Amino acid sequence: MSAPAIRDTRTSAPGVFMAVLWRDIFVTGRELPVFLAQVILQPLFMLFVFGKVLSNLGYTRPGYAHLLFPGIVALTALLTSLQSTALPLVLEFSFTKEIEDRLLAPIPTALVAVEKMIFAAMRALIAAACMFPIGVLILGSVPWRAAGAPEFCVILILGALVGSAMGLTMGTLVPPNRISIAFSLVLTPLLFTGCSQYPWPTLDSLRWFQVVTLFNPLTYVSEGMRGALVPHVPHIRPWVCVLALVFWLAAFSAIGTWGFIRRAID
Amino acid sequence: MRGEHGPAVEVEGLEKRYPKAPVNAVDGVTFAVERGEVFGLLGPNGAGKTTTIGVLTTRVKLTGGVARVGGIDVSRDPVRARTQLAVVPQRTNLDRSLSIRQNLIFHAAYHRVPAAERNRRADELLELFGLTDRGDDKPDYISGGQSQRIMIARAMMHTPQVLFLDEPSTGLDPAARLFVWDRIRDLRDRGTTIVITTHDMDEAATLTERVGIMDRGELLALDRPEALTRGLPGKTTLEIALAGADGNLDAAVAALERLDGVEQLERLEQSDGHIRLYVAGDAPLMVAPVAGALSGFGITLSDVKIGEPSLEDVFINLTGRALR
Repeated sequence: MSAPAIRDTRTSAPGVFMAVLWRDIFVTGRELPVFLAQVILQPLFMLFVFGKVLSNLGYTRPGYAHLLFPGIVALTALLTSLQSTALPLVLEFSFTKEIEDRLLAPIPTALVAVEKMIFAAMRALIAAACMFPIGVLILGSVPWRAAGAPEFCVILILGALVGSAMGLTMGTLVPPNRISIAFSLVLTPLLFTGCSQYPWPTLDSLRWFQVVTLFNPLTYVSEGMRGALVPHVPHIRPWVCVLALVFWLAAFSAIGTWGFIRRAID
Repeated sequence: MRGEHGPAVEVEGLEKRYPKAPVNAVDGVTFAVERGEVFGLLGPNGAGKTTTIGVLTTRVKLTGGVARVGGIDVSRDPVRARTQLAVVPQRTNLDRSLSIRQNLIFHAAYHRVPAAERNRRADELLELFGLTDRGDDKPDYISGGQSQRIMIARAMMHTPQVLFLDEPSTGLDPAARLFVWDRIRDLRDRGTTIVITTHDMDEAATLTERVGIMDRGELLALDRPEALTRGLPGKTTLEIALAGADGNLDAAVAALERLDGVEQLERLEQSDGHIRLYVAGDAPLMVAPVAGALSGFGITLSDVKIGEPSLEDVFINLTGRALR
């Protein structure tokens, strides 16, 4: 290493972005079993209790398991990506400070936030994909239609991104000492008001709750998944789901990125 | 653009006011650091040193003035400015999911250093910093001194023009501190411009070529350490401890102040009979007249210390307060 010559100051945003993304993939890749256990356990038990146990005991109608499954895939995708951005960000900004080295990389700060979202969405896609073999194992079979595949993919990707944008918002706006309270206050309602365990149109008889569920982005992922995988079950129309998800994605990624920059730069 | 020939760091009328703060954290600071220089910002905690470094390293947004690193305006083009600089913060921010070597390698990747070059530089820097056999360890259970070394090595991976070190030896034991100082000199010898902040006057005096003294957001003085101490009212000091002073200390002190050659007198806080004199001539020659003046009051000298003024004295002279 000689004296630093006059450096080429050109920067390549895609190159730097890939290096930052590669760091996260590298770190998670080594901990894949731990990661999978972390994200799959909850949907696995939901699927088992609601789809298998209750139906074997005769408490649910036949066919409920297939109605539940798309909702569980939706829930897995959204919650995995939410947790994959919110928790690491709180730790990295407040305690370990280890994100600082990446904030000093020659790349616009907003792109570091985008990287966090993309990476969390990737984790969510893997977790959602894992639900298929698990579903087959627990339920015996899972609903799948080749014709619904494009819609399934669009909804899944949008759902994963919305989850990571929600996580970015939480992770950067909630003060670090309140994050565990925030998680318990947000996650449980999110889990049960997102239409993953029941189809939205059938909530007619419980009007106020039907209105409440409209404010949960998960509702549109669950309903979109049902439209793709089990179209005979009543569901919100696909285009409404896509539109709603695009809206939530735009809103949360704008707020989340703003929050991220606020934490990154004084 | 004067990036290639101008100073490595330029700050003009720099101001930073945090939202809701009653005063500016940095208030109109101006200085320039030449290429290859080791420059220090000395001041107590809260003086605005870390904020100044924060602005220069694109982590703090300025609210007034201009700041350039390597000729690049940090507020207009932070992305390009980051290619010119590296930072070693006060608190460790090593990536704990990566090994020590991977910390270096990934840092270089973030800065687009080609893969083969990354490995070569990592080996070289691990060796220079005495870390070769620790390369595969995680940075979890290492001492403060070692994490400081790793962070400096990491910073050098993309051969920055300017290296910023925030309080580089705070919390280090004396041996680790000397090691870090030696490495900083090595880096200077390789042509890197170095800016350090410190509240340690020894560090400023031994390590830096020029030092800026900051307090309450303002730059109070800026010069070579020797020049700053030479500019003090007395060139050298005579510290004396008095014995046998009962009630007539004030009169004795007044008499000392009237002595020829005494430019300034300071009663040190520790005890009333402990005085520092700033003298114009040779301090040893002042001992006899001082003793003579005191004997008139029945006071004798119980201790005499002759000292060159330090940066601490410069700070006290500028602010009326001790550095810590």
